[in-house]
Amino acid sequence: MAERVGVYVCHCGSNIAGMVDCEAVARWAKENVSDVAVSRDYKFMCSSLGQAMIEEDIRKEGLTRVVVAACSPHLHEKTFRRACSNAGLNPYLMQMCNIREHVSWVAQERDPATEKAKSLISAAVARVKRQEPLEPMKVGVNPRTLVVGGGIAGLQATLELADAGYPVVLVERSPSIGGHMAQFDKTFPTLDCSACILTPKMSEAYQHENVTLYSYAELEEVSGSVGAFKVRIRKRARSVREDLCTGCGACIEKCPRKVVDNDFEVGLGYRKAIYMPFPQAVPKIPVIDRENCTWFQRGKCRVCEKMCQPGAIDYDQQDEIIELDVGNIILATGWKLFDCRKIPQYGYGRLANVFTNMEFERLCNAAGPTSGKIVLRDGKTEPRSVAIVHCVGSRDKNHNEHCSAVCCMAALKFGHLVLEKTGAEVYSFYIDMRTNQKMYEEFYCRLLEEGMHFIRGRVAEITDAARMPGEEGKLIIQCEDTLLGRQRRIPVDMVILMGALEPQADAKELGLKCGISCSMAGWYTERHPKLDPVATMTDGVFVAGACQGAKDIPAAVAQGAAAAARVMGMITKGTVEIEPVVASIDEEGCSGCRICNNMCPYNAIEYDAGRNVSRVITALCKGCGTCVAACPAGVITGSHFNNEQIGAEIEGILWDARAAAGRGAAAAV
Amino acid sequence: MSEAFEPRIVGFLCNWCSYRAADLAGISRIKHAPNVRIIRVMCSGRVDPSFVLKALALGADGVMVAGCHPGECHYIEQNYKTIRRYGMLKHTLKAFGLEDDRVRLIWASAAEGQQLAEAIDRFVQDVRRLGPLNWPRFWNEDPARLAAVEKMAAEHAEAMEVPA
Repeated sequence: MAERVGVYVCHCGSNIAGMVDCEAVARWAKENVSDVAVSRDYKFMCSSLGQAMIEEDIRKEGLTRVVVAACSPHLHEKTFRRACSNAGLNPYLMQMCNIREHVSWVAQERDPATEKAKSLISAAVARVKRQEPLEPMKVGVNPRTLVVGGGIAGLQATLELADAGYPVVLVERSPSIGGHMAQFDKTFPTLDCSACILTPKMSEAYQHENVTLYSYAELEEVSGSVGAFKVRIRKRARSVREDLCTGCGACIEKCPRKVVDNDFEVGLGYRKAIYMPFPQAVPKIPVIDRENCTWFQRGKCRVCEKMCQPGAIDYDQQDEIIELDVGNIILATGWKLFDCRKIPQYGYGRLANVFTNMEFERLCNAAGPTSGKIVLRDGKTEPRSVAIVHCVGSRDKNHNEHCSAVCCMAALKFGHLVLEKTGAEVYSFYIDMRTNQKMYEEFYCRLLEEGMHFIRGRVAEITDAARMPGEEGKLIIQCEDTLLGRQRRIPVDMVILMGALEPQADAKELGLKCGISCSMAGWYTERHPKLDPVATMTDGVFVAGACQGAKDIPAAVAQGAAAAARVMGMITKGTVEIEPVVASIDEEGCSGCRICNNMCPYNAIEYDAGRNVSRVITALCKGCGTCVAACPAGVITGSHFNNEQIGAEIEGILWDARAAAGRGAAAAV
Repeated sequence: MSEAFEPRIVGFLCNWCSYRAADLAGISRIKHAPNVRIIRVMCSGRVDPSFVLKALALGADGVMVAGCHPGECHYIEQNYKTIRRYGMLKHTLKAFGLEDDRVRLIWASAAEGQQLAEAIDRFVQDVRRLGPLNWPRFWNEDPARLAAVEKMAAEHAEAMEVPA
């Protein structure tokens, strides 16, 4: 019996209709494409009225197949599948064709766009007639969630899930959780102490009965899929036994080896070879830095072992591999600071009193290397004038095009702290002042009143070469004041560079492990930039915080909570539906050549030696179809993408072409 | 011909990277040539070389296969298999007497809408330069070539004679 196909051409307002003659396309389909029983165009097919129209046609016209020519299937495939199901048609008997993203939005002329739309519809009709009803596979959702990254976004996600009663595994790369927020002194715009609001969350997460924390650990491998991921975590050797250590700190105190702390104190302070990153570290268990430890490097010392009463020091400790099953994964891996040395004209690393924003955070911090005193690199002189340079490495085509989002507010915060602590003159060199969240603009106004100077213009150079009286021994900021319309030279004692927030150097690598992609800049790509900001293209993997794009603390917290909410939704539902796109082998035709066995990276094809056939393990198959293309006998079928369906699609898409003559061409068909 | 030749090109794009790159090109309104008609497959590894031959035989002037960048395949390593098949396919095309430049393999991550659009434009231009595809007949189907071969055989009949 011939199929009855319904074709629905969406105008998408003027998004499609502006470039494609939708009415003509719909008419053409009815008149020229075989088996098209109904063909309609409509303003917004995804609206409830549009869907109702399709549902009604399925019922009244007895449609057996549906083609929706609208936007990308990645946007509305679910919507139209649901409409089909509502009307009693198997959702896999619907095919979308993308005449918006792939046609109207990229075309320059109406006629070629309309022709292209026709060929895509012709292909979809040809294909849909060969589609088969399928049932989505249901997979149970493991309630345990993996959170990667123990900064504020990851902590928020962890606590939301744990408080809701679900088990969470939190993996943090550094020896302590807390992230960048632990390094800050004050947070804008309220100026509340960062540690005061962060440390309770850190200890809560550590002590929570539903949280398993692996610090000094990294995610090594992810396999499986939504609901049932298998993850492998490498817990690096601390050389300190966590079960015995009491966190007394005697080992740290007596360790004779002092090294510059390039991580937490960003090079401004020292730590020992056995150390905790900061006093409130969670867990409160030290780590031996083997590269700097005298015992590991020279085979002498063992002072920490002698000092440790519980006997927790274990020099022979090995990395531990932990394998776990989790249902969902939340990546909250944060950001890294732009290397300000990349802009040599700003003198960072060459001119002593040029600091980065993170260095200044530590200078301000009462628990920092200067106990909160704002002083120059010599460690004692208080600056009498400070310049804050915005957009260092951000909004700059040579480095990062993006706006780092937090620097304007952080610069205002720094200005306030300098004024409060030293009374120095503060100059802010900005391009645009961006203070667009709740209470941010008010904070800016407050700083205007407090007497911070604002100079609009990108700094050209920071130099110590004095040219004019009063510049000797100072750092001179050369810049165009775009409001005055002239060049200015401003001598100061201290410069703070507001370095950009950048994606983590290994973000891409981690993303690949989890099957998600990064933007060109390296931020994780969300499923939809507006409507689905914490989900990703891979089901069961969510992102939160600055790994998805530069953002401030409130936004990171909101995303952490949002990701947790999404995961909770999955857990509460209990099962997820997986696309039934899998391969299967017709054992009758299989010769047991085993070519397909090596095609599968998931080892989803097993060979039955007894019967000399290969078999697909459906639960492991991800549906890529590579084995289908490889089978010399053509007995592997990839459901929803089988040879017949794709073949029909090729025929349909070339409806207006003339087939090549001759035996060679005939053989290829 | 008064009208410029507009090649028909079939594009096989993988669901995860290149199809999304094409979506992104649309979302970003990056205009490009309308000649490439896209067929979505789950992975570039799904593209059976016979699909490409079939498209060419049915009247396509070129075929584009696009996948995730090597090392970034959604299915770990399947695009490496595409690379191998692509090499073999090019040989096959030559054996058929077709220009192997009519088939192109490109990579585009989901973030590379711009790059994909540019690659499409370049490919369309290159195929346009090649002109419409003429699938050569087998020599024994082509009267002119058959006559030429027969003539040659007649000329060399003596040499070709098999001694009794």
